[in-house]
Amino acid sequence: MDSGFAMGGYGAYVWSCYGLTFVIVVLLSWRGRLRQKRVYRDIEVRLKALEDRE
Amino acid sequence: MWKWFHQLASPPHFYRISAILAPWLAIPGTILIAYGAWQGLFVVPMDYQQGDAFRIIYVHVPSAYLSMMAYMIMATSGAVGLIWRIKLAHAVGAAAAPIGAGFTFLALCTGSIWGKPMWGTWWEWGDPRMMSELILLFLYFGYMALRSSIDDTTKADKASAVLALVGIVNVVIVHFSVEWWSSLHQGQTVFKKGTMDADMRIPLFIMLIGFTMIFGSMLLRRIRTEVLYRERRTRWVREMILSSEGGA
Repeated sequence: MDSGFAMGGYGAYVWSCYGLTFVIVVLLSWRGRLRQKRVYRDIEVRLKALEDRE
Repeated sequence: MWKWFHQLASPPHFYRISAILAPWLAIPGTILIAYGAWQGLFVVPMDYQQGDAFRIIYVHVPSAYLSMMAYMIMATSGAVGLIWRIKLAHAVGAAAAPIGAGFTFLALCTGSIWGKPMWGTWWEWGDPRMMSELILLFLYFGYMALRSSIDDTTKADKASAVLALVGIVNVVIVHFSVEWWSSLHQGQTVFKKGTMDADMRIPLFIMLIGFTMIFGSMLLRRIRTEVLYRERRTRWVREMILSSEGGA
């Protein structure tokens, strides 16, 4: 098992690449969702304020 | 065909369709990536020259390919927006830029990490592939900075579309740099016959499909946000949000 993770001495390089890929993909996905929620909420607040004024 | 295309280019229609499509890309894409990564890490035999370090190919190649594909989408949508004045096209470009920048950064990092044990250096300033990929990252940054520096959306769309179109030259250079000049980077391997065994190639194709699907899902989500923001003063957005049918 240990040798599988050591990758013949290249473990640090291989695992850091896979780890970084995971982090970037999750971050891109999460940022996209966050912005979508923020834009939606901003429009919702603006429309509610407009409705209250009317 | 044209009727379908015009229908899809309509913001409310696209907003509804993309909500259905995005999960259908994200879920199978995640499964494919998980399977491809497991194959790449534990099942595929090691390379006789590079040893286990070659396993980096399964994350490096998809990210490098997406870094170029995202730019091509950005430039093509910019051209469509400029020529046919389709509003949705500029939203596509704006949505593709941050994802493209993310995958370009990833391609540069994984390439650099792979380069250390294979070439003995993290970075080589004179290498055409590395430098053109770095310029690609700067083009993404420039595109996003230009967009955010112009308040008028129409003007920002036009200026950034022109920049994206000019930058296509660099994408061509990235792709052919290993053939035109001598480079530390290896030549074309993935689509060239006889360069990779099927045992190694199939998981790579699985990863390429999986990454493309995830990219598609991210892109759709970001286009939806862009459409929502641009159409925030329209009747359909007002009705959708007030009736809370659209969902965030």
